Amino acid sequence: MRIRIKGARVIDPGNFDDKKDIIIKNHLIEAIVDPEDNKSSIDVETIDAKGMIVVPGLIDIHVHLREPGHEYKETIETGLKAAARGGFTAICSMPNTNPVNDNSQVTKFIINRANELGLSRVYPAGAITQGSAGRTLAEIYDMKKAGIVACTDDGKPLENSNLMRRALEYCKGLNIPILVHAEDMSLADGGSMNEGPPATLLGIKGIPNAAETIMVVRDILLSELTGAQVHFCHISTKESVEAIRQAKKRGVNITCETAPHYFTLTDEDAKDYNTNFKMNPPLRSKEDKKAVIQGLIDGTIDLIASDHAPHSKIEKDVEFDRAAFGIVGLETSLPLSLKLVRDGFLSMQDLVNKMAKNPGKLIGIKNDINPGNIADLTIIDLDESFEINPETFKSKSINTPFGGFKARGNTFLTMVNGKVVYSR
Amino acid sequence: MRFGKKDILDIKSLEAHEISLILDTAQGMKEISERPVKKVPTLRGKTIVLFFQEPSTRTKLSFDTAAKRLSADSISLSKSSSSIVKGETLIDTAKNLEAMNPDVIVLRHSSSGAPHLIARRVSSSVINAGDGIHAHPSQALLDMMSIREKKGKIKGLNISIIGDIAHSRVARSDITGFSKMGASVSICAPPTMIPMGIENLGCRISPSIETCIEGADVIMMLRIQKERQGNILFPTEREYADLFGLNKARLGLAKKDVVIMHPGPMNRGVEISNDVADSENSIILEQVTNGVALRMALFYLVAGGSRHADSD
Repeated sequence: MRIRIKGARVIDPGNFDDKKDIIIKNHLIEAIVDPEDNKSSIDVETIDAKGMIVVPGLIDIHVHLREPGHEYKETIETGLKAAARGGFTAICSMPNTNPVNDNSQVTKFIINRANELGLSRVYPAGAITQGSAGRTLAEIYDMKKAGIVACTDDGKPLENSNLMRRALEYCKGLNIPILVHAEDMSLADGGSMNEGPPATLLGIKGIPNAAETIMVVRDILLSELTGAQVHFCHISTKESVEAIRQAKKRGVNITCETAPHYFTLTDEDAKDYNTNFKMNPPLRSKEDKKAVIQGLIDGTIDLIASDHAPHSKIEKDVEFDRAAFGIVGLETSLPLSLKLVRDGFLSMQDLVNKMAKNPGKLIGIKNDINPGNIADLTIIDLDESFEINPETFKSKSINTPFGGFKARGNTFLTMVNGKVVYSR
Repeated sequence: MRFGKKDILDIKSLEAHEISLILDTAQGMKEISERPVKKVPTLRGKTIVLFFQEPSTRTKLSFDTAAKRLSADSISLSKSSSSIVKGETLIDTAKNLEAMNPDVIVLRHSSSGAPHLIARRVSSSVINAGDGIHAHPSQALLDMMSIREKKGKIKGLNISIIGDIAHSRVARSDITGFSKMGASVSICAPPTMIPMGIENLGCRISPSIETCIEGADVIMMLRIQKERQGNILFPTEREYADLFGLNKARLGLAKKDVVIMHPGPMNRGVEISNDVADSENSIILEQVTNGVALRMALFYLVAGGSRHADSD
């Protein structure tokens, strides 16, 4: 039994941008043929993808799956269904579960559970320190053997610069990147939104841009000192973009991501104490949003990740300063990012690089459309016009500021390991 | 004119004509408190819940007095007596209160936006009695009432506000209200206490207390909240008083008939010297008197005035 994806434009930057049919046999890409080529038409199931785009499977490298420990917000199953619906064939799960993914047992649990489900793939990130408490290194090698692809104490930035230095050196030896949630907690000082006129108007304690950038700059210096690879998560400020741009010019071993909300919304959109506009880092000013888009355009920002952070009403239907940070993103990331293409900021090739190729590179996955490769593919319908409706989410949580947002372009089909895990 | 709002959440959401209506109504209410029998039946049978999640003495007492003078039944709920200490969420507490059919819920809360959150969920009127560092509308309204009473107007006055603007809900509401009513507002504080973009509320930042006060018709001094700030925003009270305290010498820069205001409680000798606090120019105690009348007006407008026949 073969599957033929028919009539689509195949975009795999550096490889293809052409009308091709893809033939999949078992879990592998068997052949990429011209649409007129009808040789192997016996025993073929056809997916009609006329007018669509086929790209290497999208990878979201910043996802909170919440299991184990917070299954009321999301489970591995609901998270992966959301991923599949969002067009993601693989995601990287953050370690801040309960228990924390700071040992190989938890790593194996997550991987086994994902394998049982047979949906999108999970590549877990492990904690840098035991319990992400910022004191003692976790058994990173043991977790690597179990399957982690990166290390991070996401949400609990390592304050101790010497420990950060040693963690970088240690991970360099193991050849895995450290993902940095850059935040100086003393400067953030318990703030709940961006420090600026909107926060002053609402009487909400602000978090200055410098709270992020000061740590970005520190870890650029530590990457230079150690030669270790640093990846900065969810960059939100113009100063961070500029610091990373300059460091990359010097050849420092760093990459970075931003999330769709940072190039779509600003702090002026956070109105009426709606806690779905509360995330960390916070929505920034117009200039920051502009700088983030510019960073995406000139390649300073390597990739887009959603920072999918499911929360229930218990954490969100409360006073703004008491609400949890974070929004769900798996099912809105692609449509919001496609707007960058429609607005002329990025080409489709750029977007594929930022949502499929570069995330793959970061965690060591070969994500090309070539015969013999595993068939992880995403088919995108650029013309689907729709209104984002949180009630339709596969995710267990609906904490999004994008309800009612008009979008154009969405996942048509997601294929993992030659198997359709989502189709519209 | 009718008052159409269900809630009083902040000054920002009130139009100038609504502010004028509130001040006019309050002025009429004031006389009731001067009678030997200080009670009218206007809100008889109405229930007012005073829900103070954050400690307060004078504001709570003022709301309570206002309710009683209008013959409403007022019920007090504080943080320690509510189920908040048992882990109940604000919305659940509010909905439970709602189930007892109060007409008005007065809320004081440490989180900015808390009254807005519950106002969307309950059908009772919600009056914000101070939320976090966001707004304190009844205070700003009584300040406007006191100024208008003394000066006959607000429009065109030079009003100076001095002190911890960043952590003051009174400052935010005062600046918004005064500028909305046509005054020229200038503020002054150590830069550690001036929040980013405060000018957008309708004020300008003076470089020193002297330039701030010069030619002022009204000076509003704000309380320095030692308990909130540790020693990170200013080194000592002594130094604060030296740089930003209002004393007799500085008062000379203002207009002769300047009025001195303070939302209380005062730190004598810190933001305001004894002689200034007790001077003829001080209307600090009249603010408290007007507070009762103003809050009577708010109750009347949201719980009785517009929906019943006894208003003009």
